[in-house]
Amino acid sequence: MKKHLQRELEKVKKRILSLGAMAEESVRMAIQAFETKDGDLAMKIIESDRELNEAEVEMEEECLKILALHQPFAIDLRFINAVIKINNDLERVGDEAVNIAERVANIAGKPPVEVPFEYSVMAEKSEAMLRSSLDALVNLDADLAYKVCLLDDEVDEINRDIYDKIKEVIRRQPERVGYLINLLLISRHLERIADHATNIAEEVIYMVEGEIPRHRNDIFKPDDA
Amino acid sequence: MQDSLKMSAEDLNFYYGNFQALHGINLEFYENQVTALIGPSGCGKSTLLRCLNRMNDLISYSRVEGKVFLDDEEIYDPDVDVVALRRHVGMVFQKPNPFPKTIFENVAYGLRVNGIKDKSFLAERVETSLKQAALWDEVKERLHDSALGLSGGQQQRLCIARAMAVEPEVLLMDEPASALDPLATQKIEELIHDLKKRYTIIIVTHNMQQAARVSDITAFFYLGEIIEVDKTETLFTRPKLEQTSDYITGRFG
Repeated sequence: MKKHLQRELEKVKKRILSLGAMAEESVRMAIQAFETKDGDLAMKIIESDRELNEAEVEMEEECLKILALHQPFAIDLRFINAVIKINNDLERVGDEAVNIAERVANIAGKPPVEVPFEYSVMAEKSEAMLRSSLDALVNLDADLAYKVCLLDDEVDEINRDIYDKIKEVIRRQPERVGYLINLLLISRHLERIADHATNIAEEVIYMVEGEIPRHRNDIFKPDDA
Repeated sequence: MQDSLKMSAEDLNFYYGNFQALHGINLEFYENQVTALIGPSGCGKSTLLRCLNRMNDLISYSRVEGKVFLDDEEIYDPDVDVVALRRHVGMVFQKPNPFPKTIFENVAYGLRVNGIKDKSFLAERVETSLKQAALWDEVKERLHDSALGLSGGQQQRLCIARAMAVEPEVLLMDEPASALDPLATQKIEELIHDLKKRYTIIIVTHNMQQAARVSDITAFFYLGEIIEVDKTETLFTRPKLEQTSDYITGRFG
């Protein structure tokens, strides 16, 4: 009976990791589509989101089945709880990748506007946070998860910086406001991806330590990292 | 009143002959709370339960060291009247064990043993106890039928009514629902929830979900020792010790 549960939990682990890989791939392609202003790749991302959505629903059903059939306790219970939430975050990460793709589809083929800003730094950070949060999940690594939480502040800061810079460019080139709003939104979507990665990291911390870290400012001070 | 100490075991050792079944048990039981004792077979949880109303006295080669208090009274004190003690600390067993008597006489038994003959008082106590045990509506028309004609779940509630008729302060339950179907189990669990408003309840159960559902405090036993005691919700979501976690998640051994 209990060995049965362990087998089911192993399956869930594999499944959530493959879902994580799908979400990561969507983000990677979205960033690539943006960097190359590739409208075709953008369309491909939008179409592939259905697969991630279906996987999310299946994952949730699997978790509910385990709760109903096995009524797990302690680490097993915290694991299923974490997976249900992480599952939701990964689906939303996929949505954010689609959002980026839609913005890219909007601006692809239009003459670019120079913005004095390096998007790739932000994209790299968000992507790295997502990857690390999933690594923390695989290895039950709370230390790595704490690091992800710390990085979120940096991404937030970059997002605010982009907002200021885009505002300036809109003043100078008001006729390109549509294009610039698309750029602003892309920054916003990257920042949201980082937020979801942070949520995933927080779930990993709860799973490992049994304490819910959300809304606790004290634990994210650099001293503790 | 909440959180007032009702019973406690202090440095309690218990031996069956040369075999030590309990090692230095320190545990407190509070009024209006349900304490669950969990652990694998042979871990000492039922032995502790039986120490709390001196049921183990019946085993001739057994020996107790340490103290057990009921309120301020040390129950192993030589002056203690064991029959009186068991009136204060009632017990319900794993298998329903009604006497081969009528429903009425089963519940009235403890009172009669204690010398009560007043018919109207007996009738009143029987009715109240059956109501407390959530059995009254099912049996009020056939109080003078044999208790053996009741279903297993009803028999168990009858035994709870019998235990409560003498108005104990503490109710010990040794796997009270393990021989019952899910519906009867649910009734017993709801009953435990109601009864804790009036009693201190200590329950031994092998059913982890049941311990999680009915108790406020859970104590995990292993090899005659208490490994971990905590609020039930804490023990089942984030136990402090790996041994406890291994047991409740089935990774044991």
